Amino acid sequence: MALLELEDLHVYYGNIHALKGVSLHVEAGEIVALLGANGAGKSTTLNTVSGLLRPRRGSVRLEGDDLIRVPPHRIVERGVVQVPEGRRIFGQLTVLENLEMGAFTRTDPQGVKEDLERVFTLFPRLKERAGQVAGTLSGGEQQMLAIGRALMARPRVLLMDEPSMGLAPLLVEQIFDAIQEINRQGTTILLVEQNAYMALQVAHRGYVLQTGQVVLSGPAEQLRENPEVKRAYLGG
Amino acid sequence: MGSVAAGAVRHPVVRRLSFVDAFLWAFRLAVVLVVVWGTVGTLRLGRYTGEQWVDFVVFGLAQGGIYALIALGYTMVYGILRMINFAHGEVFMSGAYTAYFVAAPLAASGFLNRHPILSLLLLVAVAAVVSTGVAVLVERVAYRPLRRAPRLVPLITAIGASFFLQYAFRGLYGSGFKAYPEFELFKGEWQVLGIGILRTQAVVLASAAVLMFALYQFVMRTKVGKAMRAVSEDKDAAALMGIDVDRIIVLTFAVGGAAAGAAGILYALVFKQVHFFMGFVPGIKAFTSAVLGGIGNIPGAMLGGLFLGVVESVGPALFLDGLGIVAPYQLKDVIAFTMLVMVLIFRPQGILGERLAAKRA
Repeated sequence: MALLELEDLHVYYGNIHALKGVSLHVEAGEIVALLGANGAGKSTTLNTVSGLLRPRRGSVRLEGDDLIRVPPHRIVERGVVQVPEGRRIFGQLTVLENLEMGAFTRTDPQGVKEDLERVFTLFPRLKERAGQVAGTLSGGEQQMLAIGRALMARPRVLLMDEPSMGLAPLLVEQIFDAIQEINRQGTTILLVEQNAYMALQVAHRGYVLQTGQVVLSGPAEQLRENPEVKRAYLGG
Repeated sequence: MGSVAAGAVRHPVVRRLSFVDAFLWAFRLAVVLVVVWGTVGTLRLGRYTGEQWVDFVVFGLAQGGIYALIALGYTMVYGILRMINFAHGEVFMSGAYTAYFVAAPLAASGFLNRHPILSLLLLVAVAAVVSTGVAVLVERVAYRPLRRAPRLVPLITAIGASFFLQYAFRGLYGSGFKAYPEFELFKGEWQVLGIGILRTQAVVLASAAVLMFALYQFVMRTKVGKAMRAVSEDKDAAALMGIDVDRIIVLTFAVGGAAAGAAGILYALVFKQVHFFMGFVPGIKAFTSAVLGGIGNIPGAMLGGLFLGVVESVGPALFLDGLGIVAPYQLKDVIAFTMLVMVLIFRPQGILGERLAAKRA
């Protein structure tokens, strides 16, 4: 059984049919890339999984349990955690407080302490700035904080929405290194990206969304070689 | 379009000084003139002794502490929902009024004066519980169903809830003033540094300070307090972190309600009576305090409350007496609301806060 399975999702914004029957699955231990242009429905898909949006039809299942109608905070408790697009850190809270908020649902102080150390090892910059108000961080640091904050929930599936957005190339490399490291430590990742080149380098498999539908899917190396993907997303 | 813009560039000074600007400058000037003239006049008359001024300030601080406690409820709810809970004055009233029915038998049996501190704590607890209950109920019935409605809609239901509560409590408890029993312990004065301070005011000021400190620590240090700040910044991101946003909103109303309930007992200590309409004026004054300090900002609400209390208490004697106004103290509300209008016009973000209109919804 797939760890996370989306089946025939139909999501509307008012009358706009944003997802038209999206189906995909993520196996335990994988990094799965979800590619597509602006407005293809990538963020809509993640927000539906996180429970912020309710589909009109279809299902989202975590190890077979339906997540539709489960409120967002309970979905986090079950181990599906999102790093939202645009980072959405709490700018007036300190770095440490942001990380504490990530651990909001946790009831094991010892485990939380371990995870805090893990996040600080992954992103030493956050440790240096633990007491600083998060709004004063640079863009790259904010992205690290957003990822670290999500890790504090000890997710089984990490949903990442455009983690490379607006970052300098060197920082993009760092973030993608971190994504691979997180995955090596045992977290399954569903990665939404516009930077298809980077995403397909770290991912095991990928899906391509176009106007609310999955138009292509397959192993990452296969997608990298696909002429359509090359033309549309890889600039070649 | 182009020619208008060009005109603006050619005569910037002339275009800037519109009629409205001129009026606003005149308004500022008039206020400054009244204040300076009145102050000079009062000080030349020398009608008040130093001790009286200290009395004014202490009374102002005590009164301001009460405003500040109520203002916390306005500012916290605004911070989290970007709405003004205009029923908050009634939340304040409901606790104090209900606690009267505990205070009266306590006084009649003599328990009140045998164990004054215990009685005071009991009354505060009763008022806080009732006010919390009313605040949570109002949120559930009048605001939560409208969470996604345009912002004007919950404002209208807030006013509706306010009237509903006033007349519900009038129906429940009657329309007359009820005289709150007095504590023998709090009559008279304490000597502090050679200055006599009314005991009631000292108790009120100290209680308000303790409660504000506790509340601030709660918001800054506890997990729930941090979650409140997180939700007030970004509800969706908070939900994505596993925070139950609805629960945090209810808790915010509850904490604000508890502070208002405690403030109600302090108010009853100072003014010694309760009434179904007693929440209206302190409610608006507290709202003024919250705006003054910067709405959404917790230290701002505390500062705004104390500031308003002191200006209202010192102002009539200081600014108005010197102008030859008879019974200037009756004009203290004029001072308070002139300040509200001036803050909204000249510094809408308040002393410490962000701009009211610019805050993201």
